[in-house]
Amino acid sequence: MQSMQLHLVDYVILVSYFVFVLGIGAALRRFVKTGNDFFLSGRAIPAWITGLAFISANLGAQEVIGMGASGAKYGIMTSHFYWVGAIPAMVFVGIFMMPFYYGSKARSVPEYLKLRFDEKTRGLNAISFTVMTVFSSGVSMYALAKLFGILLGWNFNFSIIISGVIVLIYIFMGGLTSAIYNEVLQFFLIVLGFLPLVLLGLKDVGGWQGLQTKLTIVATTPPNHFAPGAWSESWSNMGSASANPMGVDWFGMVMGLGFVLSFGYWCTDFLVVQRAMAANSMSAARRTPLIAAVPKMFFPFLVILPGMIAIALTYAGGASGFALPRKEGGVFDYDMAIPMMLAHYFPSGMLGLGLTALMASFMSGMAGNVTAFNTVLTYDIYQSYVNPNKSDAHYLWMGRMATIFGIGLSVAAAYVAAKFNNIMDLLQLVFAFVNAPLFATFLLGMFWRRTTGHGAFFGLLAGTAAAALHHGLTIPAGALTLIKGGWLLGGANPLHTYPSEMAQNFWTAIFAWTTCFVATIVISFLTRQKKSEAELKGLVYSLTPRIREEGVPWYKSPALLGVVVLLAAIILNIIFW
Amino acid sequence: MQLDIRLPIGGMFSLFGLILIVYGALSPSGIYGKSLGININLWWGVILLGFGVVMLLLAWKASPKKQP
Repeated sequence: MQSMQLHLVDYVILVSYFVFVLGIGAALRRFVKTGNDFFLSGRAIPAWITGLAFISANLGAQEVIGMGASGAKYGIMTSHFYWVGAIPAMVFVGIFMMPFYYGSKARSVPEYLKLRFDEKTRGLNAISFTVMTVFSSGVSMYALAKLFGILLGWNFNFSIIISGVIVLIYIFMGGLTSAIYNEVLQFFLIVLGFLPLVLLGLKDVGGWQGLQTKLTIVATTPPNHFAPGAWSESWSNMGSASANPMGVDWFGMVMGLGFVLSFGYWCTDFLVVQRAMAANSMSAARRTPLIAAVPKMFFPFLVILPGMIAIALTYAGGASGFALPRKEGGVFDYDMAIPMMLAHYFPSGMLGLGLTALMASFMSGMAGNVTAFNTVLTYDIYQSYVNPNKSDAHYLWMGRMATIFGIGLSVAAAYVAAKFNNIMDLLQLVFAFVNAPLFATFLLGMFWRRTTGHGAFFGLLAGTAAAALHHGLTIPAGALTLIKGGWLLGGANPLHTYPSEMAQNFWTAIFAWTTCFVATIVISFLTRQKKSEAELKGLVYSLTPRIREEGVPWYKSPALLGVVVLLAAIILNIIFW
Repeated sequence: MQLDIRLPIGGMFSLFGLILIVYGALSPSGIYGKSLGININLWWGVILLGFGVVMLLLAWKASPKKQP
């Protein structure tokens, strides 16, 4: 693959971006005086900023590169990750869960678990979360270094160091505020950097109509034997798993992705919830995910469409001269869809902007992980188990140390990822097992006051075990390695063979969630509730007074905003049915 | 608020817009075969500059000039 040729103008844009990012950190430094400022932005940020940071923190490498890749591989069905797998959960967390997160004055999601349940549930969540965030940010770093190595011929160590050091400096100086401000900057950069790519690509293929026509070739050229609309219709081919390129049916998709995985991520992951917790009022905290949902809804056009255009042009061949590169063995290297599109359409100048946007997406994902990591490490592990009862200044210092520590571990994780790819796959699998049942715990904790600490803790363990068991006893079609499933079988026939890896993942999540839900209820009935009603006030739905938002105009009402967002998502689903 | 986020956003995009406009005006038209014959640097530069200036104006309007 030929690498891109960057000119001076491209470097000027990239370096100016770094200057602005660091400048924001430097400008915020003098406002960080207490732990509250560093970890929670002093709870003083308006909703539109926390809202944009909310999606930007999630807009890491996996999002831009991964969704572009899925767009090429599966077509418009990838939009289910947004219109089904994100929007409903974002509305739910804003309207129903934020009152407990924000209202409880907990400083982190694990701390909420301690207030609501007990120490061991918090410990379990805090430890699994910190390990997970470090590895995600390490994987993000690794992906960045690998990509910039392929595209620009940059040295692997150089890419790791430059991205790590910049994120470190701006978080070290300005804490969460700095991360949030930079995420907003990164949000606009990603939108304004990729939008011209989509416009040029669409113009090239003859608009949506032209793209649809070209995608019928993709869907019907062997080895693909799908209905002509398989790449351009999101729901029409979901009646059975074999009728669509994703290999999932509508039930597995709606329950597995739309309910378990999506709610588990958007409603319980401190990485995103932390942004809403930094908002300046309860109303702003509740509006944060709802405001975030508006651009989120339109992201498929920004990140999935280029992938679809890439695959359409590859199959159409001819004048455009665009072809998706292939890996050894002849399968498409889908991850290169967006980077190759950038190289194909952008002349120098715009190329600098596009690559800077790509860099921004990696950095925002990394920074999101690091700020969530330093908060949980400082408050939920260091203050709770290692060194309690110190001054606020001490914990502020610890937060800065945790930032250095977190980046250092991420760098180490990036090198581990570079050397042992399988270890990363294995870890991601384990995290999937740990995360899948989590939403059952929160749902019961927030809406059923009888849920006990023992119930929550052992329910979570049971759910994780169920996920591992399900994954160990079933396989996706065509699995070659045990990491894909079936590792408990010892050569015996699997209990079930799923049509695709994605279908297996969705069902693993469904089993884990259901097990956790049932086990938590059963164990809660068998154990005594140790928390008094007074202790649970503000943490559980039935014991919390309804919020009356005074002085908030009607158009800022979270419920209204939530309904509008849901309606819009339904309309998008219907348009691209 | 401590620092109006619209200032750095407006500043950065105005700068990027100006860079792209100047580069677009000076660069040979041959490089725009890639972008379907459109001088994308010039046009997108104008859009970025417009966005940046609007952000700066909003920040300027909200700046606490008459604080008691």
